[in-house]
Amino acid sequence: MTTVSPSVPDRVGASPVRDSPARRGSAFLYRHAKVRLALLLSAPLFWLGLVYIAALVALLITAFWTVDSFTGKIIIEWNLANITKVLGDALYHTVTLRTLGTALVVTVIDLAIAIPFAFFMAKVASRRAQRILVVAILMPLWASYLVKAYAWRSILAQGGILDWLFAPIGQTSPGYGLEGAVITLAYLWLPFVILPIYTALERVPDSLLEASADLGGKTGRTFRHVILPLITPGIIAGSIFSFSLTLGDYIAVKIVGGATQMLGSLVYANVGVANNLPLAAAISLIPLAIIFVYLAVVRRTGALENL
Amino acid sequence: MRNALTRRAGFAGLAIASIVVLAGCGTGGGATPEGPTALTELGDGEGAVSILAWPGYVEDGSNYPEYDWVSGFEEETGCVVTAKTYGTSDEAVSLMKSGDYDVVAASGDASLRLMAAGDVQPVNTDLIPSYAGIYDFLKNQSHNTYNDQSYGVPHGYGANLLQYNTEVVSPAPTSWGAVFDANSPYAGKVTAYDSPIYIADAALYLMKTQPDLGIKNPYALDETQLAAAVDLLKVQRGLVGEYWSDYLAQAQSFTTGDTVIGTSWQVIVGMLKADNQPIEAILPEEGATGWSDTWMISSTAANVNCAYMWLEHMANPETNALATGYFGEAPSSDAACEFRTDCADYHAGDAEYAAQIWYWTTPVAECLDGRTDVQCTDYAAWTQAWTEIKG
Repeated sequence: MTTVSPSVPDRVGASPVRDSPARRGSAFLYRHAKVRLALLLSAPLFWLGLVYIAALVALLITAFWTVDSFTGKIIIEWNLANITKVLGDALYHTVTLRTLGTALVVTVIDLAIAIPFAFFMAKVASRRAQRILVVAILMPLWASYLVKAYAWRSILAQGGILDWLFAPIGQTSPGYGLEGAVITLAYLWLPFVILPIYTALERVPDSLLEASADLGGKTGRTFRHVILPLITPGIIAGSIFSFSLTLGDYIAVKIVGGATQMLGSLVYANVGVANNLPLAAAISLIPLAIIFVYLAVVRRTGALENL
Repeated sequence: MRNALTRRAGFAGLAIASIVVLAGCGTGGGATPEGPTALTELGDGEGAVSILAWPGYVEDGSNYPEYDWVSGFEEETGCVVTAKTYGTSDEAVSLMKSGDYDVVAASGDASLRLMAAGDVQPVNTDLIPSYAGIYDFLKNQSHNTYNDQSYGVPHGYGANLLQYNTEVVSPAPTSWGAVFDANSPYAGKVTAYDSPIYIADAALYLMKTQPDLGIKNPYALDETQLAAAVDLLKVQRGLVGEYWSDYLAQAQSFTTGDTVIGTSWQVIVGMLKADNQPIEAILPEEGATGWSDTWMISSTAANVNCAYMWLEHMANPETNALATGYFGEAPSSDAACEFRTDCADYHAGDAEYAAQIWYWTTPVAECLDGRTDVQCTDYAAWTQAWTEIKG
């Protein structure tokens, strides 16, 4: 590499750009790999710092301020009132538990649907059917989140499709409420859970399944001891999507959740309605903490290394 | 090498973060200039005006061709109108803080906060010729006048109604008790307005049904009275299917039958009736809460002259009649009634009737009913109570 020097004259002859600043600049960068790397990374790192770190720091700091209840102006006076309120008030405990429970139920429902579905796609379906199914899963992602939530508002409504479907078994639609919100959220995040599991399953060679069968492994045993360990990273990735997206959702809850309040609704109510940004910031630290705990647990299982 | 680089990047990130935070402190701590002053002379229009208003207040004919009071204004003044609607007064207050709007139509529970925070500027009513014709009982009220300065032009007023599905709700209700009864046969199909100000509706009901509590004004509640209202609303929480703030979603719930009884506005009633839905609405025997709206100008308005022109346009009897008639509320002047046939239904100009509606007002610590021996609960306490009620 050292034999090539950019200052060596061109064989074709004197080129007019030979000594231009651009050429000298590129020559300098060519020789200094570290500077090149630093310049290359600085833009994305700056962006990362601005979007993630600065936003999080700003959020943390706002939580320690208060707001003038009458004029709605933020008063910069350091205190722990918002944090103690969020930690001590029974309301926030109830809503946190409800949100956490919803996130877990939605994740379990999505996994229960996604694993068999992804298995069928990856291992059973023909090449052609496989492609059609992938398109079918990706298709809903083309429609706006709001459109889908409002569609579920009609589906769950009295006299809607669910009512009609359940009529033969003497049931009615759950209507707007927590159940409605769980169904809608499970629907909304399903593609995000299927895709990573499908990708993981595609990488499992068929020969392993055959080997397991040859050695006398029944379906259940093969699944538990061969497939499951191999697709666990995919399952974890999918669950992170459905879990964290549910934890922060408030729009679908507002549309189909009836009078249900989630952590997201409380944040929204404090920003958009009560204009109490500091309290909203304090509340939003709860899902943040939950996600950190969740990621720490996942990390401990070692699944993140195989992602 | 890699570690050193990431460490350096970390420092850079922290440095950037602290700069951003410091910048945030700077703007957050900025003091407002002392009292904004009113315009003394009207200039030429700036060619544009942005308006923040309740749905149905700025109609350009795209919903119904006959309801258009924007196109004429644009042709006459050359001020191009951009409008945004909001669902609750709280939303209006936080949107006005963005400084993106020149004009706002604010109800009493927003206007006081806007004036106190300096988000709106005093209005020189001499520059608005139609102001003279407006009902005297609407002028110089606590919700449009602050420190003896007028902050806007009254638009119209109306009551929050009790709306019900005539096919399901029988017998027809006459009292707000229908939405507060723990044994209501319509449990799960009741709706209520999703804002802390709705606590006043419960307080109004208690004022008429439990005189022992001594409520004289539903916006002036001491701790005990607020607790009683909150208890009543917690009972109601068990009946509520959903709280509404988006009037279209509310109308849809009444159409599908997911909601059969609850708070409503005349504009929704009109919309549903036009759609041949079996809907009726009444002003219950206890009276009702309501609104009295004011057109105000932002203290940071970029288009002040166009804003004044819009205020004059909306105070003009013909426009005012069209706009208030569309929304379903009483107009602001007798002259406007000449352009409407239903003024009697709204008791327009009847000061005594208008006094029976409890207009939205921001609750403050100093009791609005004149009591001095107790502290009243302020809007922050109401907001807190509201999230608690919803649970």
